[in-house]
Amino acid sequence: MPQQNHLVLQVEQLSVRLGTSEVLHDLTFTVQRGEVLAIIGPNGAGKTVLLRTLVGSLAYTGMIRWAQDAVLGYVPQKLDLLRDFPVSGQDFLRAKAALSQAPTSQLISVLQSAGLDEAALARPIGAFSGGQFQRLLIAFALLGTPNVLLLDEPAAGMDQPGQVQLEETLHRLQQAQGMTLLLVSHELNLIYRYADQVLCLGRDHSCIGPPRTVLTPEALADIYGEPLRFHVHGT
Amino acid sequence: MFTALDILSLTVSICMSVAAGLLGCFAIMRRMGLAADPMSHVALPGIGIALLLGGNPFLGALVMLLAGAVLIWAIGRRTGIATEAVLGVTFSVALAIGAAVTTGEELIDALFGSARALSLWEPVLGVAATVAVILFVVRFRNAMIISMVSPEIALTSGVKVARVDLYFLLAFALTIALGLRYLGVMLMGSLLIIPPAIARRFARNLNGMFAISIATAVLSTVSGTCIGILSHHQSGPLIVMIAGGLFFLSLLFPGRG
Repeated sequence: MPQQNHLVLQVEQLSVRLGTSEVLHDLTFTVQRGEVLAIIGPNGAGKTVLLRTLVGSLAYTGMIRWAQDAVLGYVPQKLDLLRDFPVSGQDFLRAKAALSQAPTSQLISVLQSAGLDEAALARPIGAFSGGQFQRLLIAFALLGTPNVLLLDEPAAGMDQPGQVQLEETLHRLQQAQGMTLLLVSHELNLIYRYADQVLCLGRDHSCIGPPRTVLTPEALADIYGEPLRFHVHGT
Repeated sequence: MFTALDILSLTVSICMSVAAGLLGCFAIMRRMGLAADPMSHVALPGIGIALLLGGNPFLGALVMLLAGAVLIWAIGRRTGIATEAVLGVTFSVALAIGAAVTTGEELIDALFGSARALSLWEPVLGVAATVAVILFVVRFRNAMIISMVSPEIALTSGVKVARVDLYFLLAFALTIALGLRYLGVMLMGSLLIIPPAIARRFARNLNGMFAISIATAVLSTVSGTCIGILSHHQSGPLIVMIAGGLFFLSLLFPGRG
């Protein structure tokens, strides 16, 4: 049984209803400090809904308790901005720096951590490509020195080198700063390598456990409703 | 050529255009550009009721606009229905009530603005309301930027999104109330849409958008008001025609997109 002060998040009997359908039902799990929790499941299972609920955006029943010192950073799934949206990278990042009282000198370091250069500050954010904008959202989330990152398919829209760089960045942050990560991903190899716990959201039921016990062909077929081909590289 | 009253009137209209140019930028970025038009119609029953009771139409409009903003926010928050849809319904009902209680020349004045003389308190209220709108933008600029990109990342940045939405709607209502005297219910929305629409084509950042939008709004308002005074025509339609002309002129130049 984990000690309470080691927990960064406690969720008990969480249910979320959107309109007439119950997207999440009676979900219970905990997350320890510095842990990587991967959230997997088929489309429509409620992965994004779970993250949106955890950041306070959706109404719910049950209990969500963050540690008092938890500082959240959130990277949402792909956002659609109009190309002529007249807010520059600098406007966007400075807004977060001002609200979180982070020094403006942090802007450059978070950009570098997310794989962007200084030129991103001058560009309107509507003109960023999908992958670049995703990196900007990661830089935004890192401002203000969060100790918990919630990432909703952060590598979506990125090229292969970008995905590898992102994996390394997240791993480095988690290792060096003891950051807690809640990560929605379909990359099972990535999850197998880095996740401490895997939360599987199925349409009928959910499960949680270490990758070795959860990412079995039988369990995956049960969650996704059909057999998945899954090969762990390097094992 | 210009009396002291004309100059006072010009000062109030410049205040109105600064507020409209500034707040219109956020309205258009929040995809609420077209909402300015129906929102301004919410003022109509307030004008009608004030006239019926022998009160000041501007105050009637202001009260109704602020109440309408709170109602639209509360319905949207409680039901999750998009602001535009709630506005559409509120606008239709307000227009019907307004048309029922306002008649004849008063209705025309309410719809298209009036050239009647300024009351003493109007310049004071105009400047105070403009300062309030500018202070709102300065105070909540960062929160609004982040909310426009994603309400969820705004929440994790410590922004009280629902509260900021309400403040925005109230500032929006105040700005519309400021312009009703000159532009009327039918035309005020255009000053909240046209200058930011021009600015959006050319600005590379938010400060650039503010500058272009305010400059266009002030230029349209000053030139429309001056031509109106000199030619003894109503200034409202002139202001909107000049702003519209500037928009079409701007299409001759390549935007940054």
